[in-house]
Amino acid sequence: MSKSEKRPNLAVKLSGVELKNPIMPASGTFGSGKEFDEYLDLNRLGMVVTKGVADVPWKGNATPRVAETYGGMLNSVGLQNPGIEHFIREDIPFLQNYNTRTMVNIAGRSIEEYVRVVTALQNQPVDLLELNISCPNIKEGGVAFGTDVDMAYRVTKKVKEASRQPLIVKLSPNVTDIVAVAKACEAAGADGISLINTLLGMKMDIKTRRPLLANTFGGLSGPAIKPVALRMVYQVAKEIKIPIIGIGGITTWEDALEFILAGATAVQVGTANFRNPRVMVEIIEGLENYLKEENIDGIEELIGAGHE
Amino acid sequence: MVHKSIEKALILKNQALTPEIHEMVLGVKTTLGVTPGQFINLYCKDGSRLLPRPISISEADEKGGTLRLIYKVLGKGTEEFANLQKYEEIDYLGPLGKGFTLEKDDGKTETQETQEILIIGGGVGVPPLLELSKQLKGKKRVLLGFEKESILIEDFKKVATEVAVATTTGDEGIKGTVMDLLEQGAYAPKKIYSCGPKGMLKAVQAWGRERNIPMELSLEERMACGIGACLVCTCKTKEGPHEEDWSYKRVCKDGPVFKGDEVMFE
Repeated sequence: MSKSEKRPNLAVKLSGVELKNPIMPASGTFGSGKEFDEYLDLNRLGMVVTKGVADVPWKGNATPRVAETYGGMLNSVGLQNPGIEHFIREDIPFLQNYNTRTMVNIAGRSIEEYVRVVTALQNQPVDLLELNISCPNIKEGGVAFGTDVDMAYRVTKKVKEASRQPLIVKLSPNVTDIVAVAKACEAAGADGISLINTLLGMKMDIKTRRPLLANTFGGLSGPAIKPVALRMVYQVAKEIKIPIIGIGGITTWEDALEFILAGATAVQVGTANFRNPRVMVEIIEGLENYLKEENIDGIEELIGAGHE
Repeated sequence: MVHKSIEKALILKNQALTPEIHEMVLGVKTTLGVTPGQFINLYCKDGSRLLPRPISISEADEKGGTLRLIYKVLGKGTEEFANLQKYEEIDYLGPLGKGFTLEKDDGKTETQETQEILIIGGGVGVPPLLELSKQLKGKKRVLLGFEKESILIEDFKKVATEVAVATTTGDEGIKGTVMDLLEQGAYAPKKIYSCGPKGMLKAVQAWGRERNIPMELSLEERMACGIGACLVCTCKTKEGPHEEDWSYKRVCKDGPVFKGDEVMFE
């Protein structure tokens, strides 16, 4: 068979887990997939990444929780979630109906809380865990772990000890030296790094002359943050050996490819799901066409190719 | 399984009703299956405005395949919509959300011709009540409140038993709010349907609660996805008998229409 007749191979291996393609939703933009079931075939996705879940239900912040900004949006949801018990009862059985991988995003305010969630997931059919130490919308824990090198090391080490699943740590861009935080997580035993969570921002309401978000600050996401995210992925890829999941404003297959060239093994699509609930399938198809047209056997050849 | 997706609508009409309130009629697929009180997501062409704008459906002609939308120009996105020309296309998704129920509370029998129904709207909360008023049976008394200028009064008169108007400036109808109309009217409805600003809904809820009347309230909140995934458009709802028994529900997916008793206003 000549190259051009072969079905392009989008499969990648992420921290020991085979994915049929490198496309997955960013945590918090996709629920556990139920809301998107009527808009796309979940079987097409490389993986489903669930909304952050804590050991007990969290109510989240007051509204307004959202503001649109130029080429992006701010959110201050505050990790509203129904708690791990409810998640195991309702969401995991739902995801079992699909032929895709599952990564559960773990939220917490202390090391003990993170560990409790991870412990509860040990006998569950979950392929990977994503440790969220980067949410800017909660007061304690969360981002505090992600912005301090020593704390990032400590929480990663403790959670890794409690987990049989490969552990991905999701980092905050709101730091002076992203490479130092990523290296600390790698040293603590992380199996991969997700880059980046939202950038801390705000918006004023000129009618009320007050901050628009009830929480004052929120996390900036969308195409506006893509160059920053790409730069961080590129920088970190140079310095660590564990795989990187690229996140930040990815809206098209070209965006996804940029992150892969910068060194990402897989990518997450977030805010773009809000504009087009089918967008991830379109990105997968776009990457397939690209490989076909460029006569490239597999997408893995392109991971980090931008560094050569 | 056929998956739903964003569709193209043809703009058949787009005009200002007042300086701020505009009317758009869209040619869409037939038999969308619209329930009164549902909304659609409209998408901006300018990519710098990436979030959909949720716009309530004011009238739906299922056979003819048209949707009538009445929207307020509030920012750059709705400004873009207001400048679109007849026969241009616009992307939409929907209908979305949970609309009003047309049945009585037992869920079986439709409202009777003789039953008193009270429909209360305020500002841009008025439009979705038009399709509801068309589809409800019974003696429909409609109370509408506006800042200065009214909209859709003639449309409501065609389908309702009675239409009363209040404006805060006194330019049309009585000078005051829908609550003044409510106090003056000696109404004893079997059910209340309402949509409007939070302050108004809160007052309507208190009035209905005092008299033990079943209510359905349609809320408005800033949204992002419109399909229940992002959790930005939440509202506080009662979950039990105690003050602390509450949770956040999604206005876009669990609503925008809620049972009158469950919504907790600040």
